[in-house]
Amino acid sequence: MDAETLWTLFDLLLIISLAVLALVAVLSGDRRRSIVLFIIFGLLLALVWARLRAPDIALAEVAIGAGLGGALLMATLRRHQQTRDDFRHRPAWLQWSVGLLVMLLGTGMAWSLLLVMDAQPADWRLGAEAFAELDNSGVSNPVTAVLLNFRAWDTLLELAVLLAAILGIKALGKPEPAYVSENAFRDLALWLTPLLVLMAGYILWAGAHAPGGAFQAGALLAAAGIILRLAGKPDGGLPHNETALRLGLALGTAVFLLVALGVILAGNTLLQYPPDQAKWWILLIETAATLSIGMTLTLAFIGGSPTLAKDAA
Amino acid sequence: MTINLLTTQELYVLSGVFLFTIGLWGTWLHAHYVRKIISLNVMGAGVFLILIALAYRGKDLLPDPLPHALVLTGIVVAVSATALALVIIRRLEDERDE
Repeated sequence: MDAETLWTLFDLLLIISLAVLALVAVLSGDRRRSIVLFIIFGLLLALVWARLRAPDIALAEVAIGAGLGGALLMATLRRHQQTRDDFRHRPAWLQWSVGLLVMLLGTGMAWSLLLVMDAQPADWRLGAEAFAELDNSGVSNPVTAVLLNFRAWDTLLELAVLLAAILGIKALGKPEPAYVSENAFRDLALWLTPLLVLMAGYILWAGAHAPGGAFQAGALLAAAGIILRLAGKPDGGLPHNETALRLGLALGTAVFLLVALGVILAGNTLLQYPPDQAKWWILLIETAATLSIGMTLTLAFIGGSPTLAKDAA
Repeated sequence: MTINLLTTQELYVLSGVFLFTIGLWGTWLHAHYVRKIISLNVMGAGVFLILIALAYRGKDLLPDPLPHALVLTGIVVAVSATALALVIIRRLEDERDE
């Protein structure tokens, strides 16, 4: 067998496993099984990203999609003994007509996407422009260049979305009583936590020239927070002082906005850094964003302000 | 070679469409909110897969970084929306129990 055939076999195997996992995660009658399969689905998806030459996304998927998303979903299971949910109580005609409708939609989407791919030459996209300007961006990882220089505006708004979501969680959520684990896990947490913080620092720095960046690093910080919480520290390492907590959550967006403002005052357009300084501005924004993302995701896992938890106790 | 590249890309785009439709079906028909959210995330994964497959240029060429940045943003926004939704669900359940 030659290499091409092996690649095709690998693709088929990956896609079939992915499709089956998604199908069972959606159709299964048991919520617990559905959540576990969804986490495995995320891990497999990370393999797909690696296969399609998107290592930045593979890292983010493992840490954020499968890791944190999975932890959040798993935490919902503690509230219910009964985990059976059946969609089969819906009338059969509804199941069939919805099925028919989504099948029609899927066929339409597939058909138009295949037409588009067939009609357009491979180099028509903006990617060529991004590569042409890469030397002026201050970083050599093209994905980081797009995220924090060429389309920094989108990333600023994304941090604002994250801030809005965490404000909603803080306003609505009461922290759940923390799960307390055995001693073995506490010993593990003792050396896993500093290791995760160290890894976050490395991933943040590496993002300039290799896969990595603020989001992956922030997710690693959040993983450290979750491990701390599971090891018997209910606040997950977040500050108890409400002002400090709020400052930390807003830091990423605030620093980003200040840099944007400073760049405008210096006579450029919004977020157009001078090419020779770009590297440092990007590093500053990413460091602040990493801290905020880490705190935001940890707080999201706790499900509400840890200061509230202390008052209630 | 060209034909091979096209089929790889098309294969992944089509699986993205499959994930999207199965997710949509689940979001529509499940009664429990947590299951709706899982299905919604499967739908999102389908959209991400379509975008990344469209950015793919074959094993020997660098892919288009723009969809990659979009999807990276998308994953983070999806997980924060999921977290917010789960908190709202918990609050709804608490109100109902009281």
